[in-house]
Amino acid sequence: MIKLIVDTLLSQVRTLWLVFMKLFQKKDTVEYPDQQPYMFPRWRGRIILSRDPDGEERCVACNLCAVACPVDCIALQKGEMEDGRWYPEFFRINFSRCIMCGFCEEACPTNAIQLTPDFEMAEYVRQDMVWEKEDLLINGTGKYHDYNFYRVAGKKIEGKDKGEALNEAAPVDVRSLLP
Amino acid sequence: MAKIVIDGIEYEANPNNNLLQECLSQGLDLPYFCWHPCMGSVGACRQCAVKQYRDADDKDGLLVMACMTPASEGSIISVQDPQAKDMRERVIESLMISHPHDCPVCEEGGECHLQDMTLMSGHNYRRYDKKKVTHRNQYLGPFINHEMNRCITCYRCVRFYDDYAGGTDLSAQASHHHTYFGRHEEGVLESEFSGNLVEVCPTGVFTDKAFSSNYARKWDLQTAPSVCTGCAIGCNTTPGERYGSLRRIVNRYNSEINGYFICDRGRFGFDYVNNEERIEAPLAKKEGELAVVPTDELQSAIETFQGSGVIGIASPRASNESNFALRCLVGDENFYSGVSDAEHEATQLILSLAKDSAFHAPSVREIELADAVIVVGEDVTNVAPRVALALRQSVRNKAKELAEDCNIPQWQDAAVRELAQHDRSPLAILSSYATRLDDIASDIVIDSPTEIANIAAAVANRISGNAPAASSDDSSVAQIAAQLSEAKRPLVIAGSTSGSVNHIQAAANIARALNEKRGAVIDLCLLVPEVNTIGMSLLVSERNSLGTALEKISNGQTKKAIVLENDLYRRAAKQKIDEAFQKVEMLVIDQLPSATTAKASLVLPSTSFSEQESTYVNYEGRAQLSFQVHRNHAAALPAWRWLSDQQSGDIESLINRCAEEAKNFDKLDDLLPDLNQFVAGMKIPRQSHRYSGRTAMKANLNVHEPKQPVDDQSIMSFSMEGIPATKDSSVLGAAWSPAWNSNQSISKFQEEINGDLKQGHVGELLIERNEIGSYLSVDQQPNNSNGGLQVAVAYQIFGSDELSAKSKTIQHRMTDAYVALSPKDAESLDLNQGDNVSLDGDGNIAIACIRSKMKQGTVAVYCGDNDIDRHALGATIVLSKVAEAKMKHGIQGLIVSDLYEDGY
Repeated sequence: MIKLIVDTLLSQVRTLWLVFMKLFQKKDTVEYPDQQPYMFPRWRGRIILSRDPDGEERCVACNLCAVACPVDCIALQKGEMEDGRWYPEFFRINFSRCIMCGFCEEACPTNAIQLTPDFEMAEYVRQDMVWEKEDLLINGTGKYHDYNFYRVAGKKIEGKDKGEALNEAAPVDVRSLLP
Repeated sequence: MAKIVIDGIEYEANPNNNLLQECLSQGLDLPYFCWHPCMGSVGACRQCAVKQYRDADDKDGLLVMACMTPASEGSIISVQDPQAKDMRERVIESLMISHPHDCPVCEEGGECHLQDMTLMSGHNYRRYDKKKVTHRNQYLGPFINHEMNRCITCYRCVRFYDDYAGGTDLSAQASHHHTYFGRHEEGVLESEFSGNLVEVCPTGVFTDKAFSSNYARKWDLQTAPSVCTGCAIGCNTTPGERYGSLRRIVNRYNSEINGYFICDRGRFGFDYVNNEERIEAPLAKKEGELAVVPTDELQSAIETFQGSGVIGIASPRASNESNFALRCLVGDENFYSGVSDAEHEATQLILSLAKDSAFHAPSVREIELADAVIVVGEDVTNVAPRVALALRQSVRNKAKELAEDCNIPQWQDAAVRELAQHDRSPLAILSSYATRLDDIASDIVIDSPTEIANIAAAVANRISGNAPAASSDDSSVAQIAAQLSEAKRPLVIAGSTSGSVNHIQAAANIARALNEKRGAVIDLCLLVPEVNTIGMSLLVSERNSLGTALEKISNGQTKKAIVLENDLYRRAAKQKIDEAFQKVEMLVIDQLPSATTAKASLVLPSTSFSEQESTYVNYEGRAQLSFQVHRNHAAALPAWRWLSDQQSGDIESLINRCAEEAKNFDKLDDLLPDLNQFVAGMKIPRQSHRYSGRTAMKANLNVHEPKQPVDDQSIMSFSMEGIPATKDSSVLGAAWSPAWNSNQSISKFQEEINGDLKQGHVGELLIERNEIGSYLSVDQQPNNSNGGLQVAVAYQIFGSDELSAKSKTIQHRMTDAYVALSPKDAESLDLNQGDNVSLDGDGNIAIACIRSKMKQGTVAVYCGDNDIDRHALGATIVLSKVAEAKMKHGIQGLIVSDLYEDGY
């Protein structure tokens, strides 16, 4: 019984001591917003649409981000350019629903949709949380610098004929008799 | 039944089938590519490898292709055997060697059989680091997109297109890894069934071009079970909607009707639903112009058309419910047929024959079973395309018979075809012009409509002397009569579209003669042109033809008329209609503006087939229920709702009332799904369980999402929630099953492969056969008196149907009105191919189309999209050449086998 009382008292004194000692340690909290925290590059914040190294829109409107989204907050419509590229006619993210899970980025086969370290997305008007393609599309490659989907895909676009993609042989001449 | 053991479990199997089919029938997952339930096996892809053991003691076993091995008694196989699994994985790895990295930009993605099978067999990493083989694509017309790189050479496309559908312009070219599937040169795919390539191809080589320009993934489409409204066959379809517009139509399996395939009119002819010309709001005529009616004045405007003395004109393209609601409103005696008088007469004859116990109206599946066929005067391919595809299968019954004699199983597709070579079951075609089925016909008679009736009557007389005598010196009469008499299951086809009642009379006599001779019920297939011609005609009393209605108007007996979804300028001569319209005040209910709506004093917008729940009756008298797929267009309402009290009543109570009150419709309410099978009031979702974008698609309008629209009319809901179709296929929109995202998942919903859907509904046959009929006298039409050319009416699959002709995709394939005539007639009239000609000199202009197989003295007139007033044409016409006139399409798109080349 006496041992229990002594132990309890000692424990409380020790706790007080530990807390007191924190006064002399480096602070974990920062003076935000005067002081900006370091955000890791793969932090899952504001979603952007990126461009490929040639400066063209990376998104091909395959709809995989939309279907992967657990809160169904992405809506888009496929269109097709004159040159054969698929692109989103509109691309809308309702950030008031988004949970920043990053599934869309994982699903994206062209590295178009990416999450960025920006988390400052608060708005006074809720309607402003709905972002369209104009708001999402950036003029850069984002985190992935080299990938260009159409260089590996078999689909012909202007400036890349059949057989000119990565690892492709020249188109077959169907009428040739040679093996 | 045979007992077979699969992975240690015993199953009952049909020994006439192969192992693959039996595995799938049992619900097991076994990957395959080249096998198709409707096309049998060729063993081309080697994907369905399984281990087969000699007996219970055999521990080693042998790898066999399941699709090429019969499910014979005592078979012991293993699907899960590691060696078999490894083989399947290696096979798919080799098939994928040159497959491009295209899935994100491929229209097939998400419903791709290749994706499913790759996942199922476990191949996931590309080891081959050499170059991929590539191909150049071809332009294949407005319907089909070609992306040859994606091909895995399963040969399904040519097996469907050439072997099954009789196409001639798609072939396998080159060899080994250069194999190419395409045309000999770029151009429009000619077959009327080319759209099925989209569904037959296991990957994305052939995709739907119209869908691609307005694309959505399969999981994003809002779907419901629907019925095609393109013709009277009533094929089952699944339309898909996204963001408020109808995106595409795919086939929906129905074991009795369309099976796995529909025609291109049905697949591509829906676009009018999205037409920007759709009537958006109620319009009333004010100072000669149609203007939108203010909401508060609408009710009183409609009420002016209620009360006694108002007549109602029905429509063969409106649902039973809309026609019935109109009949209830105006009363039986004021309810008039909405088809031309000639067609009314023919349809009434068809209905009386439909009650005759000597005959049976065959379903499309039953047509495939016929082993001798005679077609009297109908251009089946252009009027009822799906029946033409069935006839192509019926002539193969000879091959099947030969195979049976040689003990070759029917699923050995290549062997059965090789054995039979060009041996076919007899198909006799009596027509006024060469048809698209001539390549498989045993006897072709091309003559004037009058003479065709004569020849058919002579065939009947030849089969049984009791049939009315007819004189015909045609040499093929004896042979056709003999073929039909000897056949196990003969079939007689005629219909109302040829425009001659005597064709139906003669055809009925042939069937009756066969019935008399054989003492068995004979298949008599009588075709009508529009989706609900039979349903409407069952509701209209026989004496209430359109002609009597017009007469009543002209006499001043009635001042007001309600016209239901009908452009009357297509139903009677323009002059007659114009006269009548001057004397009557009209309420017209329709989807699109027409010549008739322009003359109306009140126009109400009605919903299209995909915006309403409704029933239609097909050519056999089979009623089918079609569900609403998406929300109504603007202020459009189902026509029945405009016609009945707008506030109360739902479609189910109307169907029940129709079943109670309308003669012959007593089985209509059996179509309604049984609500008791749905627990806790849960509905069936129209949206897939992975429907995307719910919280974003309307967020641009308002971030506060609207409530999902509630459908209190139907057992289906506009939502993802509810009991999905996987548990209850009686209401099966888009087929989907775990691991089976493509349309091949349909096997999971069938009792057995090619069998009925598990809880499926194939429709209800409405007309009871309890009358005993007798031979009909075949009317003789007046002979050629004024020295003109005898007229036969021609149809086109793309253009003859009023609504699908408003679809942009279909318009790419339409032709202008033309007059087909023989080279000799053309020479005597000094006409060249493509010249413009005037018909009877009355302003009707058509293009001269010289066809080498036309009978001299007969012309076939195709009226275009009502460009020529068909009802003003007499039995004979005089043609005269006119100077160039402005034409929309020309006749370049015309696909016939006998275009006269000289000078073209």
